[in-house]
Amino acid sequence: MILCNPVPTSWNFFRLNVFCLSANISFYIHKSTRQEDMSLSLTFVQKALAINIGAKSVVPGQIIEASPDGAMSHENAGLVIKQFKEMGAEKVFDREKIHIIFDHRVPANTDKTAEGQATVRRFVTEQGIRRFHDVGDGVCHQVMVENHYIKPGLVYVGTDSHTTSYGALSAFSTGIGATEMAAVWATGKIWLRGPETLRLILHGKFPKGVYAKDLILQIIGDVTAEGANYMAVEFDGEAMERMSISERFTLCNLSMEMGAKSAVCPPNKILQDYLGKDYVDAPWSDPDAGFAGTREYDLAKLVPVVSAPHQVDNVQPVTALAGLEINQVFLGSCTNGREDDLSIAAKIVKGKRIHPRVRLIIAPASRKVMLDSIASGDLAELIRAGGTIITPGCGPCLGAHQGLLAAGERALATSNRNFKGRMGSPDAEVYLGSPATAAVSALTGVITDPREYVK
Amino acid sequence: MAKIQGKVIRLGDNIDTDLIYPGKYLAIFDAQEMALHALEGFDAGYPAKIGGRQIIVAGRNFGCGSSREQAATSLASAGIKVIVAESFARIFFRNAVNQGILLVQVDRSLQVADNAEVSIDLDKSLIKYDGKEMAFIPLPAFLLEIVESGGLVNYTRRKLGR
Repeated sequence: MILCNPVPTSWNFFRLNVFCLSANISFYIHKSTRQEDMSLSLTFVQKALAINIGAKSVVPGQIIEASPDGAMSHENAGLVIKQFKEMGAEKVFDREKIHIIFDHRVPANTDKTAEGQATVRRFVTEQGIRRFHDVGDGVCHQVMVENHYIKPGLVYVGTDSHTTSYGALSAFSTGIGATEMAAVWATGKIWLRGPETLRLILHGKFPKGVYAKDLILQIIGDVTAEGANYMAVEFDGEAMERMSISERFTLCNLSMEMGAKSAVCPPNKILQDYLGKDYVDAPWSDPDAGFAGTREYDLAKLVPVVSAPHQVDNVQPVTALAGLEINQVFLGSCTNGREDDLSIAAKIVKGKRIHPRVRLIIAPASRKVMLDSIASGDLAELIRAGGTIITPGCGPCLGAHQGLLAAGERALATSNRNFKGRMGSPDAEVYLGSPATAAVSALTGVITDPREYVK
Repeated sequence: MAKIQGKVIRLGDNIDTDLIYPGKYLAIFDAQEMALHALEGFDAGYPAKIGGRQIIVAGRNFGCGSSREQAATSLASAGIKVIVAESFARIFFRNAVNQGILLVQVDRSLQVADNAEVSIDLDKSLIKYDGKEMAFIPLPAFLLEIVESGGLVNYTRRKLGR
């Protein structure tokens, strides 16, 4: 790992905003900078936000009022609706820009969830919202990407922290809370602070048994859980010419775990091929733009890693934790529940049987992923090896539904958080790793280095 | 809200949203009901342990993790008026402001123990504790306006002329 330009460790939201302390937000709206007439060198996020507000640039620290091109919510749309009504709003600003996707507790786990979901269904009908996905269509972010609801270069907000995922399609996207979403539904506007950009330059090819999940966990371990707080993270370098959409998704999705406001991969041939007729040109950073920091990674030098309890930045080589007994493996989530992830795991367990102590729980990231994995035979291999398939959706990732852990139990999961109590009992432990590490460990019953098992 | 005074709840670094508000309670949309689970993931003795205290003093990266607004709402409903921290995770920062919680950012040198008495002077941007004073960086004016409106619901109501 070559560290070129370290990320500031005491980055401070307020200090950078000191200039606007006594001013009203409206003063900053739709104003570009004095640099306006000069030839500007800008980052992706500066360009994307500038296009959104009709300016030439957005400077880091500048407060803008953006008009989101899409606004996504999951079951927490129920809370958004409550706040929307309390605001006295009646009609959503643009029904075509609102996306609602049930994934957190599907099908409903309690009568309370069922009531919440019923409220949302009524609202969707009343308001004529068409981009609504009921139980079983998949994790919200996966559904947003695979339906091409995301367009490169545009601006999206979502009431889920992993909304950073849409950078896989070269869009700007960020997570917000329910009340804030209610205000977006009511007004079509949101204040945003122009972020600094942390650039991650990737070279080379992954060694056997090492994946995008290992790369991003390693990055989070290096940058730390708040090292990119308020920042836009950008992935670049020649390795991006080979990174699949699913891998780009994993990178952007997990960038949230270092505090990132947004994350993005470059618009390139891979993206163009993926989106086909839906592809549109998107801006990209100028090479001499002002980056807050740059880190370079040689993928060939990476090893499989695991994030140990109870923070995602507690990253260690799998070899350091090898042999630790596990009770459950979760293969799924918006981070690593796609066809390629299931396929990696299926090839490893094919013709074998998981360890008798281990429960292998599989949640395909979407209905489409599930169908593709049935067609390829991967799902059958996973079931034959002892796996249990649950509804496409978040599954046990957030500890709300299905496959929770008892006190003293230990899980290895391909999902995105290992906080205390995240997946059930606060006295359980969650380790995060790649689908290959998860599958191999399901066979052996202990945390295991996948490199010897991957052909 | 010119001055707030009282005993603090002292918490550490990286207090994540699952510690503040466990995922199993996400189907709750009623703010009073949310209050019954504030900080429960951190320590099952909460929210009873809050004991009427209105000020949290924490370390770095307070509120990291999920976008769940219940983390901020449950604290506000349980009576928390101010959170003092060295840094805030960005979504929690927005959620807390939107729930009318005043956020105060300080540096590491603020040394207060659990239950210590502090006083926060908003007009002077000063936090007083243990016979000492420390300046803090106040929220930008437009965010302070949201806090003083009691949160984004009231603020937007007014903006919409309701």
